[in-house]
Amino acid sequence: MTTTPDSFSYPDSTGHFGPYGGRFVPEALVAALDEIEAEFTKAQADPAFAAELSRLLRDYAGRPSPLSDAERFSEHAGGARVLLKREDLNHTGSHKINNVLGQALLTKRLGKSRIIAETGAGQHGVATATAAALLGLSCTVYMGAEDTRRQALNVARMKLLGADVVPVTTGSRTLKDAINEAFRDWVANVEDTHYLFGTAAGPHPIPLMVREFHRVIGQEARAQVLERVGRLPDVVAACVGGGSNAIGIFYDFIPDAGVRLVGLEAAGDGVETGRHAATITGGSPGVLHGARSYLLQDENGQTIESHSISAGLDYPGVGPEHSWLHDTGRAEYRPITDAQAMAAFALLCKTEGIIPAIESSHALAGALDLGKELGPDAVILVNLSGRGDKDVETASTYFGLAAGDLESGDPVAGDPA
Amino acid sequence: MSVLADVLARSRAEHRSALIGYLPVGYPDVPTSIDAMIAMVAGGADIIEVGVPYSDPGMDGPAIQAAVDPAVKAGVGLRDVFAAVSAVRAAGAVPVVMSYWNPLEKYGVGRFAADLAAAGGAGAITPDLIPEEAGQWIAATDVHDLDRVFLLAPSSTDARILSTVAASRGFVYAASTMGVTGVRAAVSDAATTLVSRIRRLAPEIAVCVGLGVSNADQAAEVAAFSDGVIVGSAFVRCLLDSPDAAGAKAAGTLAAELAEGVRRR
Ligand SMILES: Cc1ncc(COP(=O)(O)O)c(C=O)c1O
Repeated sequence: MTTTPDSFSYPDSTGHFGPYGGRFVPEALVAALDEIEAEFTKAQADPAFAAELSRLLRDYAGRPSPLSDAERFSEHAGGARVLLKREDLNHTGSHKINNVLGQALLTKRLGKSRIIAETGAGQHGVATATAAALLGLSCTVYMGAEDTRRQALNVARMKLLGADVVPVTTGSRTLKDAINEAFRDWVANVEDTHYLFGTAAGPHPIPLMVREFHRVIGQEARAQVLERVGRLPDVVAACVGGGSNAIGIFYDFIPDAGVRLVGLEAAGDGVETGRHAATITGGSPGVLHGARSYLLQDENGQTIESHSISAGLDYPGVGPEHSWLHDTGRAEYRPITDAQAMAAFALLCKTEGIIPAIESSHALAGALDLGKELGPDAVILVNLSGRGDKDVETASTYFGLAAGDLESGDPVAGDPA
Repeated sequence: MSVLADVLARSRAEHRSALIGYLPVGYPDVPTSIDAMIAMVAGGADIIEVGVPYSDPGMDGPAIQAAVDPAVKAGVGLRDVFAAVSAVRAAGAVPVVMSYWNPLEKYGVGRFAADLAAAGGAGAITPDLIPEEAGQWIAATDVHDLDRVFLLAPSSTDARILSTVAASRGFVYAASTMGVTGVRAAVSDAATTLVSRIRRLAPEIAVCVGLGVSNADQAAEVAAFSDGVIVGSAFVRCLLDSPDAAGAKAAGTLAAELAEGVRRR
């Protein structure tokens, strides 16, 4: 299909990216979405808002995040030069804080006193609870009961930060059901409550707003790569759950036609097994959570439960802009299985001394393949969207590291590097 | 012409509101849910909202989700919904489908409209479809002479009330509270305010009110200011309490109570 560098003009004024996006919401939420859109537009034009947000991003979150040359890891990627955009070093440990600080400031401008959020891995919930504490807002986080078990550490963090964590027991008890529950809370409490959505999906203007708050990742990285390497990268790689870290790093590269944008989706046990979360690779267009986009659905239009070892990618939907970038051919989306992601996770630990989030490990696995395909002259920019502290238990179980079982499970015992 | 507008006009001629009962197809199973709908018609429901089960019913509270989840798992789909529509029609009431948008989009909008018309349905209520996104649906309902019911909420602006009424045919659905479906103790003030705003701005369209009504007194209260009283969770509750023939019968008994309520003066 055609490459359209003027993707910069999306979404249109009604929130559509081609056929995707829009607003598929109950009428009761339209006024609130209009209000957010109006305030966000005003805030974007207000130098005081920009100044306050960049002050928080710098003095509180620790931006700009560094760019690391992953030299020893690169040896496993066909010798291609792999550069890591270190969103894992942000306060709270992932890219999520960029969007959360922006929307929390917006909440204040909206005159609302309470924020609610959904969370899968718990990273967005932790970031939201953090911003609520910082700005004196009350905070409720909805989390699938299944995920509160998988991500117990983050549940404790949110509670320490003063948030109420509500385990969601409806439906599949994971992220999609947490989103349904948060929407229900929002409809009932929209007067004093802002729903601080954690990814670049949902009804207009959420995908636009979340993208704009994460664009800083790509803006910084583009300048950092140019300065470090003297040219643009050949590939920008990022994991895709709902798509926020990916759109954040992709966006400012969209007009650079020579830069390939590659999103890595969670393929779980393999797309062919049906147990996966690879929405674009294995799904079809439809409507979920307020927008038209690719989703995992059956022949009746019912959402199919997704599967991934990574709670943050375990979502049967994806943001509408990614669907559009896919259909126009400007970005490519590839599946990465649990096994591939965990191998890349282990490799980064041993070669670079960085424990990555399992989400981000999908992007690392993609970079290993892309490097082998492109060879040693290639430059691959990877969004290291988060750190893996929250995943230590999952990884220990996966590699059989518990109970002194190190021998049999050492994932890269034969590491040649 | 509009089948829904006609039945609401007939109720008005009798100086009463219409009773509109909602039930999802497929809980506890397809035949029992259809039996319950027929019992509701026998009890006095004028219009039956035939609900399409959906995996992510974001506008519904715990009662409806509890009934819909097993129906989704059992694979209940639009074929079963059309069977229920025909059964309601044969029982003498007006069937209107209630569905979140994705099951209809997946089936194919034009194909859905054609099959619904063939089954004898009056049209559909689409709680997560706003007129701005409804181009295809508006075209398909025009082709097949079907009604299309959009929702209004207490937060709707005057401009949106006007544009939503302009896009609707049959009636508009006034969601009486800000919140999801479920039984409520009191009828909210927001409902009367919303209905009078709609009446002032668009006196020509029928206004039906839903969300929270569960007994004859509440039905009478809502009937006093609306063209139709919509009851959902309370009927679903009958089947949740007794997921069998007795539950279906209980839904019929509740319909009879509510039918008395909408006739009170
Ligand atoms: C570290 C990390 N990366 C990525 C994601 C996936 O979200 P998104 O696709 O919105 O970036 C998450 C979500 O929890 C996360 O915690």
